[in-house]
Amino acid sequence: MKHFGQLFTSLDQTNSTNAKVRSLVRYFEKVDDEDRLWAVAILSHRRPKRTVKTSQLREWAAEFANIPSWLFEESYHIVGDLAETIALVLPASTSGSEQSLSEVIALIKNLDKKEDEFKKEQIMSAWLYMTFEERFVFNKLITGGFRLGVSQKLMMRALARYENQDENKIAHRLMGKWTPDTTTYEELIRSENPLDDISKPYPFYLAYALEDEVGTLGAPSQWQIERKWDGIRGQIIIRDNHLFVWSRGEELITEKFPEYHPLAELLPNGTVIDGEILPFKDGSPLSFNLLQTRISRKNITGKVMDTAPVILMAYDLLEIEGKDIRQSSLQKRRSALEKLLVDHPTEGVIRLSRILDIDRWEQASEEREGSRLHNSEGLMLKRLDSIYQAGRKRGDWWKWKVDPLTIDAVMIYAQQGHGRRANLFTDYTFAVWDGDNLVPFAKAYSGLKDEEFTRITSWVRKNTIERFGPVRSVKPEHVFEIAFEGINRSTRHKSGVALRFPRMLRWRTDKRPEDANTLDDLKKLL
Amino acid sequence: MRQNRSNQLLKFTDKGIWCEKADVYIDPWKKVKRALITHGHSDHARTGHDSYLCTESAAPAIKYRLGKIDVQTIPFSKPIRINGVQFSFHPAGHILGSAQIRVEYKGEVWVVSGDYKLEYDGLAEEFEPIECHTFITESTFGLPVYDWRPQDEVLSAINQWWKSNAEEGKTSIITGYSLGKAQRIIRGLDRSIGEIYCHGAVENINEVCRIQGVELPDTILSTQEIPKKDYIGNIVVCPPSGINSPWLKRFGSISVAICSGWMTLRGARRRQGVDRGFVLSDHVDWKDLNRAVKETKAEQIFVTHGYSDVYSRYLNAMGINALVAKTEYTGESIDAASDQNTSAI
Repeated sequence: MKHFGQLFTSLDQTNSTNAKVRSLVRYFEKVDDEDRLWAVAILSHRRPKRTVKTSQLREWAAEFANIPSWLFEESYHIVGDLAETIALVLPASTSGSEQSLSEVIALIKNLDKKEDEFKKEQIMSAWLYMTFEERFVFNKLITGGFRLGVSQKLMMRALARYENQDENKIAHRLMGKWTPDTTTYEELIRSENPLDDISKPYPFYLAYALEDEVGTLGAPSQWQIERKWDGIRGQIIIRDNHLFVWSRGEELITEKFPEYHPLAELLPNGTVIDGEILPFKDGSPLSFNLLQTRISRKNITGKVMDTAPVILMAYDLLEIEGKDIRQSSLQKRRSALEKLLVDHPTEGVIRLSRILDIDRWEQASEEREGSRLHNSEGLMLKRLDSIYQAGRKRGDWWKWKVDPLTIDAVMIYAQQGHGRRANLFTDYTFAVWDGDNLVPFAKAYSGLKDEEFTRITSWVRKNTIERFGPVRSVKPEHVFEIAFEGINRSTRHKSGVALRFPRMLRWRTDKRPEDANTLDDLKKLL
Repeated sequence: MRQNRSNQLLKFTDKGIWCEKADVYIDPWKKVKRALITHGHSDHARTGHDSYLCTESAAPAIKYRLGKIDVQTIPFSKPIRINGVQFSFHPAGHILGSAQIRVEYKGEVWVVSGDYKLEYDGLAEEFEPIECHTFITESTFGLPVYDWRPQDEVLSAINQWWKSNAEEGKTSIITGYSLGKAQRIIRGLDRSIGEIYCHGAVENINEVCRIQGVELPDTILSTQEIPKKDYIGNIVVCPPSGINSPWLKRFGSISVAICSGWMTLRGARRRQGVDRGFVLSDHVDWKDLNRAVKETKAEQIFVTHGYSDVYSRYLNAMGINALVAKTEYTGESIDAASDQNTSAI
């Protein structure tokens, strides 16, 4: 636990990715195979099963710290992280833990289905002999949600460096359903594996947002214009009869999408397609939210696939018959993609992203404005003669997103933020006028600069009308322009509407509260 | 509400804490005739009053910050009578010259503690517990999560950090309020590691301190003319606002640390995006806050800036009568943008 605690501290004390990788490599060098395997498991979100309820942890921590439980809860509210709050309120200990990471995890696992008294005794005595860092890490192991400021990718980079192996090989080896209970470090990382090389994806080519007038791009005939779909950008690879699905974050997510698994049979080997992983049903895309809930699931059940079935909306072809064709023009790649999908029908698993028939930019403009009707985020403009570049590049590809909907609203409640924003009032509730009344319709907590949050925070402190626990009602004085992506009727909200992705576009210091919009204005956007 | 009862010795008004009988204000935030000032931080010592009264050791910085003002000084513990009310200043341990103000009238004693800490930092006069009937306390860090380590431990961690930066050829940048915290850091730095440079706002206060006889190690004013390479391996002390400004561009490869009680919280440090956070505060932590309140033996506590709701609820639960008092003090700010002294310099 000592080394893992130190690892946490050194990761926490730097923002440099290189320094983080160095700390991880140092950790990998210091510990044995068993601890290294557990560290890899934890950093790839494979935590031990939860054996203690968090409500019990809170209760025991308050008891240990000799404070009333409401005060513990208030502290938790400010700190924003349970494991950290517990570590902070416990009285300082005089010694650190002598146990290894694996031993501590064994202790946690051993609590499963035991009597509460036994659990309490075990946890309290573990706390007694741990430093602050060790307690924090220990609590994190129990509660899960381990975020050490290290992505899975960074961990893999460090492990690759430690093993002196290729990063993609390591990534591939770490995919799938293993846990430290079902494998050993030797077997997982060091055994021969013939699939190591064939999973390798190409770097994604990403577009910048269009800033200039669209007319500056030249004739529309030189551009391929498609809708910008709101899913997860992905790459599908079929090599040696195996399928690999990579996300734009270069995470291997093959297991998450059983819908794609038949592609290993349906498409020829040596094929790589770039596209959008899109929730799609009855001929049209579904909301991104559905995909998001699906991604966070560990097990993809039939029910999940029923509510949020996915297709691949194909944009581009990067490899065919094992040949990298990224240096060919988009026009050529596109026709190869079309031919591929005609020769190898995929039973609707892959659809071609349709090219819009545009002669004049005004038409494109109209299509863009109608994006919401298609559940799309706007348009993608790609030069017909563009090669497939690596990373985010200007010039040949542009995304032209639809403008958000906006409304001017009055701030009526404020609440302090959590974690990173503790002690600042950052979460606001906004209202519009309904006659002489202000009706709340949206909450938002992003879009302002830190400096603006600071100013509003000191204003809130001086202009609080009433306090309801952590929420304060404030003088209806400040007007904000609220942007959102969509609006739906809702019976659950007092205002009768629900917004999608509301955020603060700007603080309208030039407007008085009476200048804000009305509920009728809002409903016109439905 | 109790705090508005007319026979109270001190009242919380929209100008500040007011003693009606003597017609003086303590740390007022609006213009008044006569102001008694606990210490020189800008949320307590504001400009525009007709006259000021503060301790001898607090005066130089207050005069320096507020310019031409009418300041009278008084030694610690020496009583002064104003219209039959007796006032005296007692060490608060917050920064050099900082005071708690004791107010006594017809046997009733109130203490306004301003900002304070119990740990002796070698710079501020050591906090002195004063028994009273009513105690007015801050609660900047009034939650059980705030638990300071001894100063020596923190300073040695700072020196260790500086040393390892120096070994990597980096310049160390460390922030603390120009008045108080900066000098506390400077006094604790290990000169065997390298030179100490200071931001102008800090260096000006250093000079004020030196003139009044405070011993500080040698420091160098950081100017634009100094080439980047001169800073390598050395440390630069700057106010919190320094790290979000173009001023930082005059250094090469840097490691940045903030010194503040807020650095207890991982979230607060991550939000500032700095490399290190050292937990070093000039305010009381949870244990010392409770100790201080207890030692006053007060029957009534007014809780001002900080976690005032939570802390007053806690005191009431412990059987101590406590109320929240609304003031415009800010305590130690969590944000780099709101340094207390750079704007005045």
